[in-house]
Amino acid sequence: MNARPWLKIVSVLIGLFLTVPTMIVVPMSFSASDTFRFPPAEWSLKWYESLFTAPQWTDAILNSLQVGLIAAGLATVLGTAAAIGLSRLGERTRGLATGFLLSPIIIPNILIALVIFTAFLRAGLTGSLFGIALAHTALALPYVVIAVSARLQGMNPVLATAGGSLGARPWSVFRKITLPLALPGVLSGAVLAFVISFDEVVIALFLQSPTATTLPVLMFNSVTVQIDPTISAASSLTVLVVSVPILLAQMIGARRGKRERQR
Amino acid sequence: MTPRASDGGRIELTNLCKRYGSGPLVVDDVTIDIASGEFVTLLGPSGSGKTTTLNMIAGFTEVTSGHIRLAGKDISLLPPYKRNFGMVFQNYALFPHMTVAQNIAFPLRERKVPKAEIERRVAEVLELVDLVGLGRRRPDELSGGQQQRVALARAVVFSPSVLLLDEPLSALDRKLRQNLQQEIKRLHRELGLTFVFVTHDQDEAMALSDRIAVFNNGRIERIGSPADLYRDPGTRFVARFLGESNLFDGLLHADGVYEWRDHKWAVHAPDGAPEDRDLVVRPERLRIAAAPADVPPNANQAPATVTGLSFQGTHQRVDLDYGGGVEGCAVVPPDEADGLRPGSRVIAHWDPRHQSLVTRG
Repeated sequence: MNARPWLKIVSVLIGLFLTVPTMIVVPMSFSASDTFRFPPAEWSLKWYESLFTAPQWTDAILNSLQVGLIAAGLATVLGTAAAIGLSRLGERTRGLATGFLLSPIIIPNILIALVIFTAFLRAGLTGSLFGIALAHTALALPYVVIAVSARLQGMNPVLATAGGSLGARPWSVFRKITLPLALPGVLSGAVLAFVISFDEVVIALFLQSPTATTLPVLMFNSVTVQIDPTISAASSLTVLVVSVPILLAQMIGARRGKRERQR
Repeated sequence: MTPRASDGGRIELTNLCKRYGSGPLVVDDVTIDIASGEFVTLLGPSGSGKTTTLNMIAGFTEVTSGHIRLAGKDISLLPPYKRNFGMVFQNYALFPHMTVAQNIAFPLRERKVPKAEIERRVAEVLELVDLVGLGRRRPDELSGGQQQRVALARAVVFSPSVLLLDEPLSALDRKLRQNLQQEIKRLHRELGLTFVFVTHDQDEAMALSDRIAVFNNGRIERIGSPADLYRDPGTRFVARFLGESNLFDGLLHADGVYEWRDHKWAVHAPDGAPEDRDLVVRPERLRIAAAPADVPPNANQAPATVTGLSFQGTHQRVDLDYGGGVEGCAVVPPDEADGLRPGSRVIAHWDPRHQSLVTRG
């Protein structure tokens, strides 16, 4: 390690570049000033008080949690099923089907938002939390597919065959063999799906209504309409909600990997 | 776990064929009648159709045409989980998220066997495969040999009528392999199940089987007891695949003379027109003489050059070159090879009763 001091320095610089902007918002959220200032001159918790007491903010937080959980649930079920289906396809069809399923990652969000908006207008799904959750499901699906597929690729396909030879019906094979072995992938897919939905803003902006406003949308609105430093508290909360599950998943994964390597 | 009599484990394959898409036949008109309690090995090189045949018996691969019958009933269209066959896989296929005992209990749970009964039977098979006390371990805490024993236990715990084994020993090292061969043979004897065993290892096939079906290009080239196939291979392919041989590509004349190069050998052959046949002599039937005077009368003989000698303890192996690209070997008692050196000119000879004629196809 010491033989390459430059590598260390560059790594640290890149790390700072990626995290510092996010971290600046955290001290700002504890500021007592009514405008954005860094560093804060005085400290207070008033923006957090505003975030957790003002109805528009608490509603937005609850809305985001709701949308996130529904989207994560749907995306996890659909994505897991898709990944299992993909693993059984022939090589060429699998390539095509995978490309199709992963396309939401490549297509610009604004385009997706426009198309979904027009489609949902006809279906009467605009302005509803469920509509936003459905759109987020489509957005999060690729991540679940990737996470579960990676896990399935490391799994010996003969195990499912063996289950059948031992008298297990296909559903039983899925429940007792495939799913338990793919579970780490399914769980990390679910976490990713929730996180993606929780901080998604473009689609949620298009589909918003006074009763269906998610936290990122409210933050966006409050920046454009008036300067309300509550958004720095909201940002800090978002960072927390988004990073904690991912860090936890990483740590659990790392510990499991270490245990598997020790054997 | 009492041995079962009757026809319960009889498997008949009739005109079984398998083709993927519009490709060639992978399994081509395979017909074989396996008696209940018999140990039959499907032997062949990779790509010969033996594994596909086993997968069709197990129900993992759809049958293109033909029938599979178990105890007289057609099971060709039954899904694997309804066939009630035990199966042992090449790489064990133990469930890594279950303990040894849970793995073995799996087929019983799927059959809704009462809990107390499950415990009793798991303990019983653990004893059968000599793994008492390892029930709580995870598969990855066991050696390869132990894992394959668990797989065996799991495949027989639900008293199937047939046990299918797909190259179960190929992932193990040589010593363990022999050890487990004995174990499999013992299980077959004690359980009395029908065993259908797939391998590309001829030694394994000979050591274990009641009958061997030799596969080549999707067809059964020959089927018979190990001793019969060894003594009378029937085709050049079987002669080459099963054991070693000295193989001469000459011509069989109608008058009971076999002609190879400028040699004429006596054969006991049925009358008929001249035919292209190969003549096979197994290494242990070949004798080595230093001079023509040492060759017994009535023996067939061919001059050869010694190309290599290796001492094997119980016997001496002599590699021979008959010239013109025909090579072979002899296995003789150690003292008979005294005085031989690589390059020695010798006369290989054998009793005409110990040769066999095979078709060239």
